[in-house]
Amino acid sequence: MANNNDLSIALKWPRKSFNLDLDLVIPARGVTAIYGASGSGKTSLLRCIAGLEKVEGCELRFRDQVWQSAKKFVPTHKRAIGYVFQEASLFPHLTAAGNLGYALKRANTGKVIASLDEVVELLGLESLLDQYPDQLSGGERQRVAIARALLINPTLLLMDEPLASLDHQRKQELLPYLERICRQLSVPIIYISHSLWEVSLLADHIVMLEAGRVTKSEGFLHAINKPDFPIAQQENISSLLQCRVMEHNQKWGLTRFTLKGMAETALEGEGAEHSLWLQQCDLAPGREVRLNILASDVSLSLSHHEDTSISNILPVTIMTIEPLPHGLLMLQLQLGDSILRAKLTQRSVDRLNLTVGQHVWAQVKSAALIQ
Amino acid sequence: MEPLLGLASEDWQAIFLTLRLATLVTLILLVIATPVAWWLTTTQSKLKPVIAAIVALPLVLPPTVIGFYLLIAMGPSGPVGELTQSLGLGTLPFTFSGLVIASVIYSFPFVVQPIQNSLEALGKRPLEVAATLRASRLDTFFTVVLPLAKPGFITASILGFAHTVGEFGVILMIGGNIPGETQVISVLIYEHVESLQYGQAHRLSAGMIIFSFIVLLLLYGFNQKQKTIRVIN
Repeated sequence: MANNNDLSIALKWPRKSFNLDLDLVIPARGVTAIYGASGSGKTSLLRCIAGLEKVEGCELRFRDQVWQSAKKFVPTHKRAIGYVFQEASLFPHLTAAGNLGYALKRANTGKVIASLDEVVELLGLESLLDQYPDQLSGGERQRVAIARALLINPTLLLMDEPLASLDHQRKQELLPYLERICRQLSVPIIYISHSLWEVSLLADHIVMLEAGRVTKSEGFLHAINKPDFPIAQQENISSLLQCRVMEHNQKWGLTRFTLKGMAETALEGEGAEHSLWLQQCDLAPGREVRLNILASDVSLSLSHHEDTSISNILPVTIMTIEPLPHGLLMLQLQLGDSILRAKLTQRSVDRLNLTVGQHVWAQVKSAALIQ
Repeated sequence: MEPLLGLASEDWQAIFLTLRLATLVTLILLVIATPVAWWLTTTQSKLKPVIAAIVALPLVLPPTVIGFYLLIAMGPSGPVGELTQSLGLGTLPFTFSGLVIASVIYSFPFVVQPIQNSLEALGKRPLEVAATLRASRLDTFFTVVLPLAKPGFITASILGFAHTVGEFGVILMIGGNIPGETQVISVLIYEHVESLQYGQAHRLSAGMIIFSFIVLLLLYGFNQKQKTIRVIN
């Protein structure tokens, strides 16, 4: 076998509103996001991987273990998985500590991905341990549930929209914890979401589902930096750029980033032109990061203006112009190997007479650092 | 013997026999009814309505019908009777063991249904969660299902016990009226009345009313407490 560090699933499952029909291989490392609208079959797929659904004819292999085939069905409790359900699923008759203990007592043997102390630290649970689930808030419950799934010492962690049942503020509270888990622990994660924002924070690999079929399965950065990435339906259209930390400037309190794939080709001195100056961060030079740039923070000009307060001006080529609701247009701009997206009014586009293939200058007002 | 609480020794004998019968029957029922309730909750079999209907039959049948068929089945030429005879156990009618078997059948739905209701209320999710936490089915039953469905099991025990104490028709049909063996309170009351000993019939009957009231009070009080706890939490 060529590569055993993956998960493969072949599945045909007629459901009420859609037919799940896929044949998928995804890497068994990093974070794989399964992304799609509700009713596209994301949860059904995850439940099959967990063994919570027994679908006839399903073929499922994780690394070199066959979990389901024509002759074999490994029941859920014998698969080395952790599962975080969409809504809180703590046992109501046990305290938070009791819930964690339930997992510890039944944990997988083998290399421990995180000890109890580490997990409690990582998810900030110290003060919650003595409480019963109904004394905890939704976000706290979900944190305990995530901790419990980690303590089973899974070789694969499945998360079914762990933020979906939470309000916006709680989501913001929980996201940093999820980021820490994804970055710090070595367990492969399959993460279901219908929020591109969550996906861009966490995912290394993306699988897109539409009405039960896989429309895309590839590296996330690769996917989002292709013009056909279905981003126009998103509320907050943005671009995701893989960048490298170059230098810190103490005087200005700024950090310089260069775009990966561009810095290499840019000549000395020209490098500055292809750099982004952002608020200073404490990452060491050489570190790779992702920058998220909202399309509404990008404007275009026909020439390179020096007389502007905006310091991040990048040369780009217009790739596509697509209409958005409310008289707006989304422009996808080629920037090295990446795509920068800009949201402009029809009026601006007409006034500047922008067309596909044109070389223009993009002005970036701000960017958010991810990772 | 000096009558205690105005009850004669034969009355006390009947009371203890009744309590012994009801305790034994309740314990047996919990063991038998739990897997049946579990099966009825989780099965997707087409047989489910058939089994559910059979389980519920004692709820609607006159006790005399059950008693009659049990008498025939357990009698010397019935299938159960032939089996027990070939095992050297004799026949079951008019014995305490016969009463236990009959009572188990008669009180079966009263124990299955509260357990089944609480298991259904529990839903699939806790079981799925336990499975993802590597708990086997048996492990899940004792560590998740039992603690979460406890109110259902308590209700089932109380109902099973009380219903066995209160049965009359089935016992008269297959147990008769043998003091110390099959003469339970309800049968003894009947006998007191038949022999015009109204005083003794009164004392036993009043005792039964008080007993039943206390049982129901416990049951509703318990359910009330469960609900209150849920509201507070």
